[in-house]
Amino acid sequence: MNILNTLITLAVAAIPFATALMLGTTGEILCEKSGNLNLGVEGIMYIGGAFGLAGAFAYEKAISAAGHIAASGEPASSGFIAIVIAIICAFASGAIASLIYSFITITLRANQNVTGLALTIFGTGIGQFTGEYMRVKQGGFVSLSNHLKHAFSTNIFGPLAKIPVIGPILFGHNVFFYLAVIIAITIYLFLMKTRKGLHLRAVGESPATADSAGINVTRYKYAATTIGGGISAIGGMVYIMTTAGATWNHEGLSGVGWLSVALVIFCIWNPLKAIWGSALFGALMIMYLRIVVSSVPTEIYKILPYVVTTIVLVASSMRNNKEKQPPKSLGRNYFREER
Amino acid sequence: MTETPAIELKGITKRFGSVTANDNVNLQIFKGKILSLLGENGSGKTTLMNMISGIYQPDEGTISINGKQVSILSPKDAYRYGIGMIHQHYKLIDVFTAAENITLGHGSGRLDIEETNRKVKEICDKYGFKIDPRKKVYDMSVSEKQTIEIIKVLYKGAETLILDEPTAVLTPQETERLFDILRNMRNDNKAIVIITHKLSEVMELSDNVAILRKGKYIATVETSKTSPKELTDMMVGYSVSLNINRPKYIGAKPKLSVRFLSCRDAEGVKKLNKVSFTAMGGEILGIAGIAGSGQKELLECISGLHPVDSGEIVFTPDENTRIDLVGKSPTEIRKAGIGMAFVPEDRLGMGLVGSMDMTGNMMLRSWKDSKNRKSPFIDKKTPEKLAKEIWEKLGVVAPSTSFLVRKMSGGNIQKVLVGREIAQKPSVLLTAYAVRGLDINTSYTIYNLFTEEKMNGTAVIYVGEDLDVLLELCDRILVLCAGQVSGIVDARTATKDQIGLLMTKSGRELKSESIAPAGGR
Amino acid sequence: MANETRQSLIRLARREQMKSEYVWGIRIGSIIFALLLGCIPIMTTGNNPFSGFATIINGSLSKPIYFRQTIKIAVPLLGCALAIAPCFKMRFWNIGGEGQITIGAIAASFFALKIAPEGSLPHWGLLLLMMLSAAIAGGIWALIPAYFKAKHNTNETLFTLMMNYIAIGIVAYLQGGPWEGRKGSQIIPMFKSSARLPDVFGVHAGWIIVLLITATMHIYMKYTKQGYEIAVIGDSENTAKYAGMNVERIIMRTMFISGAICGIIGFIIASGANHTLYKGVANGVGFTSITVAWLSQLNAFVMILISFVLAILSKGSQTLQTRLSVPASVSEIVTGILLFCMLGCEFFINYKLIIRENPITGFCEKTVSKAKKICSKLISRNKSNAKEA
Repeated sequence: MNILNTLITLAVAAIPFATALMLGTTGEILCEKSGNLNLGVEGIMYIGGAFGLAGAFAYEKAISAAGHIAASGEPASSGFIAIVIAIICAFASGAIASLIYSFITITLRANQNVTGLALTIFGTGIGQFTGEYMRVKQGGFVSLSNHLKHAFSTNIFGPLAKIPVIGPILFGHNVFFYLAVIIAITIYLFLMKTRKGLHLRAVGESPATADSAGINVTRYKYAATTIGGGISAIGGMVYIMTTAGATWNHEGLSGVGWLSVALVIFCIWNPLKAIWGSALFGALMIMYLRIVVSSVPTEIYKILPYVVTTIVLVASSMRNNKEKQPPKSLGRNYFREER
Repeated sequence: MTETPAIELKGITKRFGSVTANDNVNLQIFKGKILSLLGENGSGKTTLMNMISGIYQPDEGTISINGKQVSILSPKDAYRYGIGMIHQHYKLIDVFTAAENITLGHGSGRLDIEETNRKVKEICDKYGFKIDPRKKVYDMSVSEKQTIEIIKVLYKGAETLILDEPTAVLTPQETERLFDILRNMRNDNKAIVIITHKLSEVMELSDNVAILRKGKYIATVETSKTSPKELTDMMVGYSVSLNINRPKYIGAKPKLSVRFLSCRDAEGVKKLNKVSFTAMGGEILGIAGIAGSGQKELLECISGLHPVDSGEIVFTPDENTRIDLVGKSPTEIRKAGIGMAFVPEDRLGMGLVGSMDMTGNMMLRSWKDSKNRKSPFIDKKTPEKLAKEIWEKLGVVAPSTSFLVRKMSGGNIQKVLVGREIAQKPSVLLTAYAVRGLDINTSYTIYNLFTEEKMNGTAVIYVGEDLDVLLELCDRILVLCAGQVSGIVDARTATKDQIGLLMTKSGRELKSESIAPAGGR
Repeated sequence: MANETRQSLIRLARREQMKSEYVWGIRIGSIIFALLLGCIPIMTTGNNPFSGFATIINGSLSKPIYFRQTIKIAVPLLGCALAIAPCFKMRFWNIGGEGQITIGAIAASFFALKIAPEGSLPHWGLLLLMMLSAAIAGGIWALIPAYFKAKHNTNETLFTLMMNYIAIGIVAYLQGGPWEGRKGSQIIPMFKSSARLPDVFGVHAGWIIVLLITATMHIYMKYTKQGYEIAVIGDSENTAKYAGMNVERIIMRTMFISGAICGIIGFIIASGANHTLYKGVANGVGFTSITVAWLSQLNAFVMILISFVLAILSKGSQTLQTRLSVPASVSEIVTGILLFCMLGCEFFINYKLIIRENPITGFCEKTVSKAKKICSKLISRNKSNAKEA
């Protein structure tokens, strides 16, 4: 029973982390399915985090400036509206950042690797800049009120979470977890069960083939990269709002974006696998807090997810299955009149 | 004929950089007729058809469909006008099923694969195709892939079908089946264009023939009113005797003997099966065969680039010395003092470095030797001199030897490659499709260079696709069929029919009888 | 449909060779464009962008001490850019500079902490030992992903990246564990003076080492057989095999060299700048140096200039923060924009836009040809003016 309890607490505690990873990974899968290897996910998530926080923060400020204080003394800011605003801000900022990447790689046909790295540098800069700027404006501290913080991380099924064993595992999470799962399933259904999804996969496998089938390669690449970037950015926002405590600090994302890129390989470009894959990695990330092994120093324990990722990378490069390969044109740019 | 053509081209011109691929071409395509578009390699047939199917857009000229002028800006447009093209390089997605490939590009909304499977089945029954809609493309044979391509176009409701060299990769039986299907389609009142340079197919299949030469439109004639002789005259511009100079080298000696050579590709598929032959110094040994019969692997095994399963490759510089090449890397072969030159099929992806200039490419062969072998520094002087020499001697059209190879035209790229390989003064010269895509003048330059090498006592191995050239250039011709030697014939006495037969499996029975004496040594 | 029509008006074609003055014109133009874009974040904070840039220049170059600090930032940037240049030339995306630097610093610190107090080695001997061990450690660290890339084609971008976090984790462990100074401080003690790089002209001698590496790297890439091998592999692995090169070995060798140089940079930072080891020893250098390498088109000497420019940005933006309270991360934004513009501008060098003849756009074509005529007139006039002068 004790072990079971530990495992349940581990699973529940892993979810906030896993949610950020899941969104980051799902977004990147969508993007990579179009043949664009966007290494800027870390930057995009940074931007999403900063702007998501900024949006919610601005909303709260606006409400309190308007002087709405309810009779009970409770602030009038609605958790629901704050969440929606944060999601919209994160998605929009991430989509715009990905648009820059798309323009440079799809239209101007620059190297995808370097452009992605540039986006990471740029995005980290923008994220830090926004965070710092808010901090300076606020005189040193940017943080949501406890009331809103709670809205971001509370579980939405309330009493259902009290059901033993399955309760906490199935119903004990914040709204973003369910959102992330829905997005992952939706993208899976889109890719596998719709014609547009088939077209998108074709673009990622062979843009020349898709082009000759009358599919507008450029439009699909742009759409997938931009929407994918937006989804990843929501992941960044979720990380800042939940794991990082809805406060801006210098630590930023500590590589969640990069882990997402690695997870895409682990999940073999399948959004459904991203759900349990990110849960697994989320658990790895916080395991040092929950399952203490006295012989292993904490700092070494913390390296675990990164070590596991390298092992996954090596293992997946060794697999030799035609179905389990990256989209064939991944990382390559398409120029119709290439001769 | 007052009927409005399904498609009419007027004054079409297309340029790629400084190369004019099509120059003021006129063409009419009619419903219920099969038109052959005849021309040599590089005469602009594919480019012309690519403009009808929306891959390229013409620089000048107009395209009319059923008498109305249109502009076809994308393949999608082409499909809207009922035009579908089956490319030489199949545009299929390996990880998709047949049906998924066929339905690609259609509609939006839910993907009902069962519905698609059913529709595909209908088309198959109508014209006589045999495929399983659920089969993945990576499990398919070449001919199956071609079938998918054709169904794809029909599925889109195409009224005009353009097939680019459809028989290049097919066996005669498969070709026969394809022709039957094409005739069925003609009877169904579709307009069909087949791009080809094979006269026999033109005569057998088509109603009309349009001839292109060096990007220019020559004429359209009715097949029943013409002869192969007349067609070749129009295609080549002068009587077909290629007049390749073929001197005889006196005292040819065995240079390279291959015995029971077998190998597999990366996927483990057998590519060469007990191949045996002897290449003589002072002779050009032609290698004929349907594309993908093991030509590439054979050359790569000899040059040490492809692992050998079993068998031996022995180099004999003189009667008493035998050097086994199996298991040796290109570097080790070079170290053993064997001049092995190799002009690979993939010029920029294998033989040359596109992002370097001529000098940098000359170094590819000499980078290890400098005056001091152990020196860490590279010798640039010698390759620079060599680059200048080749540039002058072969007339490479480029501003200077420091012009990037990638930016040169195909013919000049090949001159740089062949020039460098010959400059090694090789004992064995391996060449694969050395004149593919080159104009006639450059082709002749290349033929002459090979013949010159032969007269220097080099063993030249020439993998080619044009049987006329093989018959006039080579001394002997080895025919490969599905990785096996189906015969070795004397090029001076053999006929095209004989080689054609050997290229297909049906010719294998001949091996033991009539061919053996010519090939026996 | 609208999209298709647009495609028809402007069509793309690969350019043949472009004159080098145009090439550089486009590149310099895009840098100016990037700096203009860089004004936007400064403006959002309510500052005049010109005074912003003036502050950056002021804060990084106006006084000798600022200048020396700027150089201190530029040194590791340049060094690491030199390290990754051969990898990038080979199309091996080594973004593990961060980790390789860190591992180098760990190795150097090991000897600094264990041998320096004993005093059994002379000053230069100890430094040499530190540098060598840093180089070997960094090289081996880089060799791990290289091995898997060569043998199994494992994605090197992510592998090298994960190695960064692992390396930094190891330092975190050392900081709080075996190498911790005062119990509970989470700090490794400062190096003894015998383990510190001496200053030359007020800056630690690292700059001399890095300049030496610059010259060596230039020669290595341009004039040696190994440099040639790297260039060929970068173009096409098949061609390299055809020319008898052992691709696997070359990948591993090149990565070892790259890691070793990063390791040396780690030694320089620990021994020259920080005099100790801590988690942030690499401090993003591994990433920013990618920008340096790419902006300079992998040319070793241009890297000196670019790393200096980025160092000015980085140092100056710290002043920007204290004086005008513009967040210092503006330097990263500008760096990102610079990189975007430089990546994008290559398109105009490699491709040309063809505006199609069309009843509607015939107008465009005429205008373009007119503009071209005027331009060429101006250019020729300028040239003749220049000749007269």
